[in-house]
Parts: sequence; C-alpha cells; structure tokens
Amino acid sequence: MSNKLLEIKNLSTSFRIGDDYYAAVDDVTLTLNKNEVLGIVGESGSGKSALAFSIMRLHNRAKIEGSILLNDQDIVDMSAANLNKLRGDDMAMIFQDPLTALNPLMEIGEQISEALLLHNPRMTQKQRKQRVIELLNLVGIPRPEFVYEQFPHELSGGMRQRVVIAIAISNKPELLIADEPTTALDVTIQAQILDLIRKLKEEMNAGIILITHDLGVVAEMADRVAVMYAGQIVEIAEVHTLFENPLHPYTKSLLNSVPTEGQDKLHVIQGIVPSLKNLPRKGCRFASRIPWIDASVHEENPVLHEVKPGHFVRCSCHTHFYFSEESKEAEKNGIS
Amino acid sequence: MAFLEVKDLQIYFPIKGGVFNRTVGHIKAVDGVSFSLEQGKTYGLVGESGSGKSTTGRAIIGLENVTSGQILFEGKDITSMKSKTKDLRKDIQMIFQDPYSSLNPKKRVLDIIAEPLRNFEMHSKQEEKKKVQDLLELVGLSPESILKYPHQFSGGQRQRIGVARALALKPKLIIADEPVSALDVSVQAQVLNFMREIQDQLNLTYLLISHDLGIIKHMCDHIGIMYKGRYVEEGTKEEIFTKPHHIYSKRLVAAIPDINPRMREKQYRYRQEVQEEYNSSYNDYFDHEGLAYSLQSISDTHKVALPKRG
Repeated sequence: MSNKLLEIKNLSTSFRIGDDYYAAVDDVTLTLNKNEVLGIVGESGSGKSALAFSIMRLHNRAKIEGSILLNDQDIVDMSAANLNKLRGDDMAMIFQDPLTALNPLMEIGEQISEALLLHNPRMTQKQRKQRVIELLNLVGIPRPEFVYEQFPHELSGGMRQRVVIAIAISNKPELLIADEPTTALDVTIQAQILDLIRKLKEEMNAGIILITHDLGVVAEMADRVAVMYAGQIVEIAEVHTLFENPLHPYTKSLLNSVPTEGQDKLHVIQGIVPSLKNLPRKGCRFASRIPWIDASVHEENPVLHEVKPGHFVRCSCHTHFYFSEESKEAEKNGIS
Repeated sequence: MAFLEVKDLQIYFPIKGGVFNRTVGHIKAVDGVSFSLEQGKTYGLVGESGSGKSTTGRAIIGLENVTSGQILFEGKDITSMKSKTKDLRKDIQMIFQDPYSSLNPKKRVLDIIAEPLRNFEMHSKQEEKKKVQDLLELVGLSPESILKYPHQFSGGQRQRIGVARALALKPKLIIADEPVSALDVSVQAQVLNFMREIQDQLNLTYLLISHDLGIIKHMCDHIGIMYKGRYVEEGTKEEIFTKPHHIYSKRLVAAIPDINPRMREKQYRYRQEVQEEYNSSYNDYFDHEGLAYSLQSISDTHKVALPKRG
C-alpha cells in the first residue's frame, strides 16, 4: 500500500477573459502523502487558491487540464454526481472567511449534520446529533449542546472558524484543504486552531494542504512547502531546507520581507504580481521583478530542476541571484 | 510635557433596549486607559479584536465621543469636539486599515489627496497640483498618476495614496490603524519601510494600532497591550517581548508563529506551558469580572496590571 494520497500531474486551470483562456494555475505537478502537511505560499494572485479550488473542483467555468488523482481516482473527468460523493467525505475544505462560509439562517448543529446526512443517509437523527456534539467537542467549542442551537452571528470569529473546521472534518476526510484558515483570526486563536489542525492530522492520518501567505504559520505547520508565483510552482522542498537554504529568488525575497529581529529595513520585492491577462507566458516569470539580474541567466522555458533529492527549483537564474541595493532605489522611483 | 497624553480615557457605548428604547446598560469599549507618546517615536497599541485599541485611536482624532478622561496634545486639552481647533485637526491625521475602501472610487488621485488641502488651506489650482505631485513623489508614486483613479493601483500603492493624503497637511501625529493588515508581506514591507523613512524625514510620531505582533516588534519603541478595554501591560519593546510579565501578554507573545521551523517543538512546548500557567493563575491576573486590574509600575518604563498587594 503506497503512502501516496494525492497526485497532481501537469494541472492547468484556465479562466476565460474575453475570447481567450488564461491559465491561473499553470502546469502544476505535486504529490501529497498521508499524514503530511504541504504548505503552499505565495502572494495574492499567485494561484494558490485557484489550485485549491481546482482540486475540489469548485470552479464553475474554468478549463481544467491535466490530472488530479486522489487515491488513484481521477477527479478531473469525474461526473458531478460522483464528485458530490467525494466532496465533504474523502476530501474537504476549510474556507478562509468563516463569516461567509456559514449559512446565516441555519443553526450551527443543522449545518454540521447536513454534511453527515449527505454522506451517511442511514444514520439516525439521534446518532447524527450525537456525532455533531462529538465534533463540536473535538474542535474545542465549550458547551456544545448550547452552541448546537445557536446561529453563526452569535459566535465569535474563532468559534465560527471552529464550526467550519468541524464541518470539514465531519466525515473524516483523507484530504483536507485549508485555505488561509487563520488569516481572519487573532494570534492566540490562530495558535489554537493550528494546534487543532495538527492534532487532527495525527488522529485521522489525513493529508493536509495548507494555503497561506503567512510564512510563520508555514514554518510551524508544514512538512513540505511549495512556493507559487504567477500560477507556477517555483520551488518545492522539505520545510527545513526551504527556510534554511532557499534557492529561488522569489522564495528568498519573500523570506526577507518578513520582519525579524535586528532588521532595520525590510526587503521589498519590486513591482507587483502581474495580473492574469498580463502574465509573461514565456521565460522566467519572476524576471521582471528582479531586473538587475542579467537577462541571459534566465532559461527560455524554465523547468523545475531537482537540485537535491526532494528539492526542486524553477529556472536557472537562482545560481546568479543576489539582492540588489539598487532594487530599493528603483523601488522608490520606478513603480506605478 | 508629553507630546500626547491620554489620561484615564473611558468610552462607553450605550445599549438600548426596552419599550422606549432607553439605555439599559453600557459597553465599556475603553475603560480607564492612560498612556503618553513621545515626539518622533512610534507607540504600538496591541490587542485582540474587540479590545478597544481602534476605539482609543479614533477617540484621539475625534471620531468617537469620549465618556470621561482627558486627551492632551502638546499640553492642550483636545478631549471634546469643540476644543479641536482647525490647527489641531491639521496636526493629527489618520491612516486607515483598508486601502480598498478608504479611497473614494469616483475621485481621481489629485482630488483625493487635495481634499484635506482644500479644506484647510487656500491654494491656486497650480499650487495645489504641485503640492499633490510633491506628495506623490514623497510616497514613491510617479507624479503623472494624479489623473488616475484608485482602481488603477495595486494594494500597496493605494495604501501609499492613503498615506499621502494623511501627510498632505504636514501633521505631527499620525494614527495608523492596522495600516498593513490587508496587504501581502512583500507589499507590507514596502509600506512599513516607507512609514519609517518619512518618520525620520518629517519627525513624525506614530500611534500604530495592530494585532500583528511581528509588525509591532519591527516598528515600535513603546508598546501597550490592551484586553477588554483595559491595559494589561505597558513597556518598551524589549520589556514586552523578552520578559512579558502579565499572563495575557505571555500568551500573546507565545502565540506568535516562529519563522524558524527548527524552533517548532520548543515554541509548541512553551505555548503549552504558558497555557497551563494561564489556566492555573487566571484568578491572580483578572478580577471576578474577567477584567484586568489597574497598572502597577514594576520598573521605570514597565507597567503591569496586577492586583494591589497587602
């Protein structure tokens, strides 16, 4: 029995703008094992969430190419009926904003039992209620019987996020996708939610994809990390390797822009993430944001190179990369 | 004389109810907060959502009605609306949290930034344009962008427009309420760097309100931690981050994710220790209503909310 849970091969997700399709996720290949947390980081607009939504097949009108194998079952060609059986059962998602992810007109208990009802039609009402209370306990909600009958607006942000998590794990999914699960929360609550996710991973032997822009969260949670930029994975490595020996210029820049001790000035990445329509489709996509690097060091068609076992990096420009003081000057005058 | 002094500030919001919509109670959003700012320094106000940090900031600039207490700016009492003279209004400006909703989408950058100028100073069209262009240059945007609309800018650039607007009247104090919370790390770095740069150039004083301790640590000289409308601890950056005294501050500091994955286990254990201490010693730090006690000095600069001894 292999340990592999999810295998994504050459996945491209394109959206239609005007008459053309533009790939928001471009040729992504990755695997996720059981009992593993894969962190995905990147700026907004880098395609992290588009990737997550593709795996859940939640995009409405997107063109998806490539293959997504969950336990060797291809999700990409799956019918809607089969997908519905899978979603919320074998794979589940924790959404970013707990306020909009919950139905404001439905009691908490009902919302959680809805997920149970869909996938276990033979469960009796009593069993369901019991399971819901159990779940509420599991995610650390005090007085679950009382909360069962409350509405989302009666709960705080942290409590709501716990409810969203309870719904996601109600059927013990093998694959859990957490899209910025703690972004809307305070640090103390964030710490609690992360602890909770960590416990769930161990208890359910699940594979977790953790999408976030907070590098601290990734450092604390992930086993492996994939860095995304403009729809592509630019670097993927085991977590210690990535934080101690980052290679790709983008990874280095991101790590340098986080405030840490004894740093007077934060690193600024020049320019902005190009919009979907204006993505450079040829050459190194990060090149325009590191203009002081000689253009000849970029590959024409950058591919992922395995520099060490398990450590992949895109384009050869990383071997010539250095931080430029000019980048800061240029940043002052250049952009807009 | 302190640059800005807040003395025993209280802001209560009435709870209306009953048949005649009478006031049936109060929410104590800010309940007896005192602190002072030094000119040219950055003071950080930290707390969870709902702790009253934003309300405090808004009260200083006059966006909330003060229930009781005093706010002194350069020695002058500015607590009530009436006492805020035109000059005072120019001296205190605000940077808002969300660069997407704090700029009027129907106005051009020129009009957005010139609005405070038009309110307070008389300029000819040319002068005004020149001023706005200078401001744009100061915040690192090209002067040609005065005719653009907000949607044509990225998040970081928009926040810079917000900053330019705040700077237009050459204020002495800027209240920055979560200025980078809505931005990506890389953009966040841009705005923070820039805020520091202009602080040196213009001798600005910041009151930085944030829930992100990483940013507070990076930017601030002095820090106050609020919980449920009260101060739980106040001190210099070093004091707060290396030897937090109050259990709530400890919990807050312990909750910051460490950027080094090797520290994971250690951080996790520390967090559990703090949580245990929190559970066991909760009653030593909070009164019967779950509120913090009043501040006691434990050193010259370090104050902690502790019950009175003896």
